[in-house]
Amino acid sequence: MVLIRSDGARAYDPWTALADEVPVPPSGDIVVTLERWQAQREELAEHPGRLGLRLRAEQLAEAVGGDIASFSLIALEFPKFSDGRPYSTARLLRERYGFTGELRAVGHVLQDQFLFMERCGFDAFQVEDEETAGAWARSIEEIGVFYQPAGDARHPVGRLRHGAARSSLVG
Amino acid sequence: MAHQLVTANRLVDGEVVYLTHSGAWSERLQDAAIDDDQTRQAQLLALGEAAERTLAVVEAYLMPVELRDGKVSPVTQRERIRALGPTIRVDLGKQAAAGA
Amino acid sequence: MYRYDEFDQALVDQRVTQFRGQVARRLTGEVAENEFKPLRLMNGLYLQLHAYMLRVAIPYGTLDARQMRALAAIARRYDRGYGHFTTRQNLQYNWIKLEETPDLLADLAEVQMHAIQTSGNCIRNVTADHYAGVAADEVEDPRIYSEIVRQWSTLHPEFSFLPRKFKIAVTGAARDRAAIAVHDIGLRLRRNLKGEIGFEVMVGGGLGRTPVIGKTIREFLPRAHLLSYLEAILRVYNQLGRRDNIYKARLKILVNQTGAPAFAEMVEREWQTIKDGALALPREEIERIKAYFAGPAYETIAEPVAAFDARLLSDDAFALWVKTNVARHKVPGYAIVNISLKATNETPGDASAAQMDAIADLAERYSHGEIRVTHEQNLVLPYVRKADAAALWEGLRAHGLATPNIGLISDIIACPGLDYCNLANARSIPVAQRVSRRFADLRRQHEIGDIKVKISGCINACGHHHVGHIGLLGVDKKGEEFYQITLGGSADENAAIGKILGPAFSYDEVVDALEEVVSTYLTLREADETFNASVARLGLQPFKERLYGAH
Repeated sequence: MVLIRSDGARAYDPWTALADEVPVPPSGDIVVTLERWQAQREELAEHPGRLGLRLRAEQLAEAVGGDIASFSLIALEFPKFSDGRPYSTARLLRERYGFTGELRAVGHVLQDQFLFMERCGFDAFQVEDEETAGAWARSIEEIGVFYQPAGDARHPVGRLRHGAARSSLVG
Repeated sequence: MAHQLVTANRLVDGEVVYLTHSGAWSERLQDAAIDDDQTRQAQLLALGEAAERTLAVVEAYLMPVELRDGKVSPVTQRERIRALGPTIRVDLGKQAAAGA
Repeated sequence: MYRYDEFDQALVDQRVTQFRGQVARRLTGEVAENEFKPLRLMNGLYLQLHAYMLRVAIPYGTLDARQMRALAAIARRYDRGYGHFTTRQNLQYNWIKLEETPDLLADLAEVQMHAIQTSGNCIRNVTADHYAGVAADEVEDPRIYSEIVRQWSTLHPEFSFLPRKFKIAVTGAARDRAAIAVHDIGLRLRRNLKGEIGFEVMVGGGLGRTPVIGKTIREFLPRAHLLSYLEAILRVYNQLGRRDNIYKARLKILVNQTGAPAFAEMVEREWQTIKDGALALPREEIERIKAYFAGPAYETIAEPVAAFDARLLSDDAFALWVKTNVARHKVPGYAIVNISLKATNETPGDASAAQMDAIADLAERYSHGEIRVTHEQNLVLPYVRKADAAALWEGLRAHGLATPNIGLISDIIACPGLDYCNLANARSIPVAQRVSRRFADLRRQHEIGDIKVKISGCINACGHHHVGHIGLLGVDKKGEEFYQITLGGSADENAAIGKILGPAFSYDEVVDALEEVVSTYLTLREADETFNASVARLGLQPFKERLYGAH
């Protein structure tokens, strides 16, 4: 497993996934499941280390939107690359609920989805191998025209078109 | 026990191909390796699936056939069409190449 | 029609490069078939029975002569010299090689065409009324909004991995020539009481295994909110559509399961939070796109057009062709000309490269260069002066494109079926040809009148059999081809799913059975009743009795 950030750089992963049945450690950055969070909210809120949440594809943004302030990391699982639910979850967490922590794509994460994922607000990607990680730059640069606004800062074409028109009027 | 052979589509151009005894793929149904023994059929299929990994073909599968006077015939309409070409354009597909 | 700017061009060019890279990685084995398949599907490339099939997008069925010539050139260069126009206004090539596809896509990009999202679990070609812009009954040209939705839906990062394919259709008139009621989203342009233009929004229509007529979830959606509302629908679908079973994954299943009112409620809730955001459509943008669809510089021509009328009187063959193939145009002195791709013994919807070139020439000469593709596998020249109709007819006739049968029984919709398609259970094309031959007599066809026969080779219903007045569904019974007959389907504003008549008929018997159905209609119809009106009045009983007897 290789973790990369949205500049393509390899990142060290300080997070530990905490299995549901394992007791909460006294410290450290831990990632818990939604079920764990819902069952042990108070105890986890007291945890001195950082808290992360891992959601399965069927666990939607609505389930955690109100709690995002408690998390520094939210990991969204792609059980199969063809399961597109995390794209919506990501956008809602960012744009609806204002999540500003690390939004990580985990599971079946392929290089051909990097750009879609990044546009939806993911800024970290856990991939299978070095090869996939190495393809980041190419994948991100492959398409430079964006027809629709999404969670990212890229100007959709509409902005560029009307912007251009305005500047030609001014000039 | 029914006779079967292994068929697939060639990766680069989608052409229908049949697995021969030598392990090579032929565009001609009559070249196919045919077997009526279940174990050997499974071996043939495994060869076909290995060929998927060597990028020769996609979607290899076992296909039942009939043997009559040494000639191989598909059993289903679908496989007949795969072996020959579209029934409404006999100028296209394998049937045309064979000068059928 | 819409003209690419540098951004649109950049996108298709980049897409070609991207796909070239993906194909290269596939051919070296760097990416396996199961990961490659969705990538090639999102570029319209299927693996079919004999070869790869490429589905080229023709946005809302509109193309120009230059593009048609390019399609002809591609047919010659990369395929076997012909193409097939589909029930979603696209074009399919049947003999494509994977290794040549990037070059083919590059050739398409040079004429501002592509195969993006013509397959895969994403938003597909947004179709529209093929008489858009020239029909008298139009509120506004639906293609304006098809184009706006096309752009918004192209490479949408959130909606590229939906539970299943997603189809949107737009009609600009109350008369629905775009089959909106059997689409995932159907949009009907209309005015509210204040005269403002907006949309009736229907959702959850579809054919296939479980045909459903769409439900209206919003009576009037102001134009400005088109994209935000669509985004809300897609977001609800993306999150809640089933992912466990591909046969239960379409939007229609979700709408049926939650109930349309509850679904509407979910969409409304989502929409309320985004409607005034970045997706709000400014008036200027609508006007900017609208300007592309203004149509040609029409001449002012007085009706009646003497030459046209005279020819009608003097030339029976011409008159027969006009009767079925020429439709009324909103501008005086003009006509809408339908090009029939349903000649007897030809494949419905197919056109040879030579025919494509001829159509391009005729379009340039007589239709300001513009051509439309209909979802009934025919073509349209939308801007023909009546004075030119006869010359055009002669040009079409010379290339086998003037069969005078639009809307008649030999104007059959047939999917490629088992002759081409990996998914099929039975052949469609030869059945269509046999029906066409059986009813070749034009007088008889006119006696029968308006009737839509639609044939699908499998349950996926690409031939739209569910909405045929007579529908034929090919099934496999122990390796033999059988056909189930349905009656009373309709894809227009009175949309209906056809009802099954009874046990299926064999390949050898089905044309006789269809003829029995037609004879029954002719015997029992009252006055000028159309086929469907008779079926509605009589019910299925008389047809069952005739076909199955006392059994």
